Amino acid sequence: MAGEITADENTIGALTATLTPLADWLVVAPLVIFIGAGGLLLVLKKDHALQWAVAMLASALVVILNTLLLMRVVEAGPVVMTVGKWLPPFGITFAADIFGVLFALVAAVVGFFGTMFARQDVSDVECRFGFYTFLMMMMAGVSGAFLAGDIFNLYVWFEVTLMSSFGMLVLGSRNDQLDGTLRYAFLSLMATTVFLLTTGYLYGVFGTLNMADIARKAGEMRETGPLVSLATLYFFAFAFKAAAFPMNFWLPASYHTPKSVVSALFAGLLTKVGVYALFRTGLTLFPVELALFQDGFAVIAMLTMLIGALGALAQDDIRKMIAFLVVAGIGAIFMGLALGNILALAGAIFYAVHSMVAMTAFFLISGIMQRWLGTPFLSKAGGLYEASPLLSAMVFAVILTVAGLPPFSGLWPKIMLVKSGLDLGAFWMVGALLVSTFITLIALGRLFLLAVWRPSVKDDAFGETKVQVELPQWVALTGLCSLMLAVGLYPDPLIELSIKTADWLLNPALYINSVFPLDGKGIGS
Amino acid sequence: METLLAILVGLYMTAAVYLLLSKNFVRLILGVALLSNGVNVLIFTAGRLTEDAAAFVPFDAKVPSGTIANSLPQALILTAIVIGFSFFAFLLVLVYRAYQDLETDNINELVDAEPNLATPPLRY
Repeated sequence: MAGEITADENTIGALTATLTPLADWLVVAPLVIFIGAGGLLLVLKKDHALQWAVAMLASALVVILNTLLLMRVVEAGPVVMTVGKWLPPFGITFAADIFGVLFALVAAVVGFFGTMFARQDVSDVECRFGFYTFLMMMMAGVSGAFLAGDIFNLYVWFEVTLMSSFGMLVLGSRNDQLDGTLRYAFLSLMATTVFLLTTGYLYGVFGTLNMADIARKAGEMRETGPLVSLATLYFFAFAFKAAAFPMNFWLPASYHTPKSVVSALFAGLLTKVGVYALFRTGLTLFPVELALFQDGFAVIAMLTMLIGALGALAQDDIRKMIAFLVVAGIGAIFMGLALGNILALAGAIFYAVHSMVAMTAFFLISGIMQRWLGTPFLSKAGGLYEASPLLSAMVFAVILTVAGLPPFSGLWPKIMLVKSGLDLGAFWMVGALLVSTFITLIALGRLFLLAVWRPSVKDDAFGETKVQVELPQWVALTGLCSLMLAVGLYPDPLIELSIKTADWLLNPALYINSVFPLDGKGIGS
Repeated sequence: METLLAILVGLYMTAAVYLLLSKNFVRLILGVALLSNGVNVLIFTAGRLTEDAAAFVPFDAKVPSGTIANSLPQALILTAIVIGFSFFAFLLVLVYRAYQDLETDNINELVDAEPNLATPPLRY
């Protein structure tokens, strides 16, 4: 038994004798629950209601546990857990700081409402083909990526996410889905292969894969090692995943093809995993190299914001329009990274959290809209207000949120970004953000005018083909919309939390010390 | 030896990029396979090539005697091979299915997700 090993017997100081405290297991609890639920759901293949109940239970449990973990991390600093008694940097480490846990919590909340919505959105056949298993595995991959403390482990969670997202994307096998999946699959594989390749180089240079270990060794390596090359390759791979400007084309080419709950979760979560990895590598591992790229990120941010907004304005297909708005949001997040001071980073983190909720809500609403309108095309749509005033109100709410107007959550991160841009004299970026917001507002106003406000352009009235929207879907939409409204009306806690997160990100010493509490005494220091 | 393998990795990458730039899906898939194998060789080379013994600890010792080979790159490659292989298998099925349903293996003829509209909508 491993329990027989004691600290003094262990000659090279690589093993610990103490068991991991029970409370530290909170860090890996989301992964255990999601992967366990995914496996269980494979067994319960045939019963849709039961599968849904298990998936709901797992998501709800993870929301609760992540909330507890966040409270603990905010109070007591990062929680670190290393697998198999091997001390860092030897064992595989999970390190939860506010940044990761905040993202994991919001992802779990979004996943919870997405699962709730899926009950009527997914057919029994698709359920038998394993929709909920893919969903749980994707949530496991996303949570794992947010909590991993080891860069190769981060890569593995990327791949878990990617594989299950392929499954969800192609489920249904319509021609446009096959087409969309081909584009998404090949391009995503390129990005993750670059990630893996860079990790190989990084291991060759540093001889370690633990992120905190890399961060503390980066200082002395900077003289001799090719750190700028490593940083460049990582930034390329993660900007690709995040769909920043020159690499954004795969997103609007594939996100409009699957079921609306799938598009919603992809839009909410997958690009944010790229953003998370970019922030983590940029701010924790390679802060000096990141500073070299600041101007480059500024250009990328401006172009991404403008291309996203203009692309949205040009679309006739509602879901493609939303896909472009996801890209525009990524531009705003990159602006925070390009500005780089604490307020800007806090704004970017707040924006990412807001965007997770808002984009998921928008895609879910667009799914119901499309069923009610009978068409995804604005040029043929109309009469939603006659059909459902409640859904129209939700469309209005989500439009205000995405455009960044009060009283919803989109306003505050944009104010933070604009304020810090003006403080730093980055007038071009502030201008681009405001112009992009304005174009977004025009595009969304057009959506509201054509699809909701104008009378139905079809001859047959909606009365005959009444669309059934079940209670879980209304609850999911109401939940997401009230989150946006609550954060918009009372943003103080989230603003404080984002500023604290940004503060921790800018001072990686806290993260490093929490992984290596024995610094100076343990091996490898 | 590292130099030779580095050149080999370069050749892998060249062939992979060449294949990935083509229009036929079968070539794209071969490109992906070559790319992932090239990366595997790269990780192996980056972990330094040594002719040392395997990492076994004798029964009566706490640490291995003498220098041992680095086993971490092998673990990384094993993971990467499994992941790469599963993606390869998925892509093979996906491309075959797309070939059956869309009746093409040419990228330029894929128009289902993004139709080439001759004109924008003329009337709203």
